[in-house]
Amino acid sequence: MTESRTLEIVVGGFIFAGLLALLMLSMKVSNLTDIGGTDGYEIKAKFDNIGGLKVRSPVKMAGVKIGQVSAIDFDPTSYRAEVTLKIDRRYDKIPTDTSAKIFTAGLLGEQYISLEAGGDDHYLKPGGEITLVSNAVVLEQVIGQFLYNKAAGNDKK
Amino acid sequence: MTAAFLGMLQRLGRWGLSALERLGRGTVFFVYVIGGFPEILRRGRLIVAQIYAVGALSLVIIVVSGIFVGMVLGLQGYNTLVDFGASESLGELVALSLVRELGPVVTALLYAGRAGSALTAEIGLMKTTEQLSAMEMMAVDPLHRVIAPRLLAGIISMPLLAAIFSILGVYGGHFVGVTLLGVDDGAYWSQMQATVDWYDDILNGVIKSFVFGIVVTWIALFEGYDTAPTSEGISRATTRTVVNSSLAVLGLDFVLTALMFNK
Repeated sequence: MTESRTLEIVVGGFIFAGLLALLMLSMKVSNLTDIGGTDGYEIKAKFDNIGGLKVRSPVKMAGVKIGQVSAIDFDPTSYRAEVTLKIDRRYDKIPTDTSAKIFTAGLLGEQYISLEAGGDDHYLKPGGEITLVSNAVVLEQVIGQFLYNKAAGNDKK
Repeated sequence: MTAAFLGMLQRLGRWGLSALERLGRGTVFFVYVIGGFPEILRRGRLIVAQIYAVGALSLVIIVVSGIFVGMVLGLQGYNTLVDFGASESLGELVALSLVRELGPVVTALLYAGRAGSALTAEIGLMKTTEQLSAMEMMAVDPLHRVIAPRLLAGIISMPLLAAIFSILGVYGGHFVGVTLLGVDDGAYWSQMQATVDWYDDILNGVIKSFVFGIVVTWIALFEGYDTAPTSEGISRATTRTVVNSSLAVLGLDFVLTALMFNK
């Protein structure tokens, strides 16, 4: 009797440890806690070039994460990338003249969208669009431009 | 010349036919054992005893190797990443390698060696000493009474073992990376959470270990059931279990990875 009891206790402990490990993998290692913030509203922004931006890239304001990129589509009429941003419900006072920029965290880090608040009294509604955008900085273009300017500068002398 | 060639062809054909026949018998065996699940689920005590044997007793090797694999990942990852000034990505590297690959695969290989070989030897000896035939004489179906609870226990245990392996590995990597080598604690966790996706990575890892649990336990039980009833037969069957299930795990891992992570 006692032997089968210890056996069952050990098995119970094993199953408990296994389920606990799964729970910790979900909560601590993965982004499951992020998905919990699904109640938010969506706004759109169109960019000429989004660089390496991906779905689930963070949307930050003043460096604080306020939402994430929920979809990226190509608009075949304007030939631009249409990015849908899902903003947390708490941050519902974003002025209509807010500007969106695509930045890179560090030199090789992931890309994110940074919003800078404007001064308008009107706030963006769900489905609204940010019109003031600046595109992702493509490193090759910057280097190319730099070399071009350098060469042009040398010619003038 | 022609005769020698034909002889070779014949040997190849015989080998192919016997391999196919074994595969067929294995599949019939598997389907029949699955048919015993509803009956065995009503007798939970049998499953609990088998989970103890294949799962709980494998915990020690899983815990130790999980921690050490994580620590080695932390050390090797740090040494490589620090050259690129990207040591903050250590958490991402450790977690993704563990959750996607090392957790399910290494657990399955250890499980094949620790529990699979034991299952084969146990069933093989039962067959050799005609315990299985004795059960049939008493109108007890050995496939349902002996094999089914073991298969079910293996299927339940493997994802749990793999999850324990992965989470301990993450903490092993944390210990080496953060405590010993001075990677920032917040960066370790936040980079990890930013890149590890619950559905794409965690759930697919669990599905992988689930599949490995079925395959390894199936191979182990079938090799035991199909063994030649001699001591030499049992020894050969045990070896085949470890070799075949390891190869099956590695091959299946490639297929599953190609199906799951092709972006």
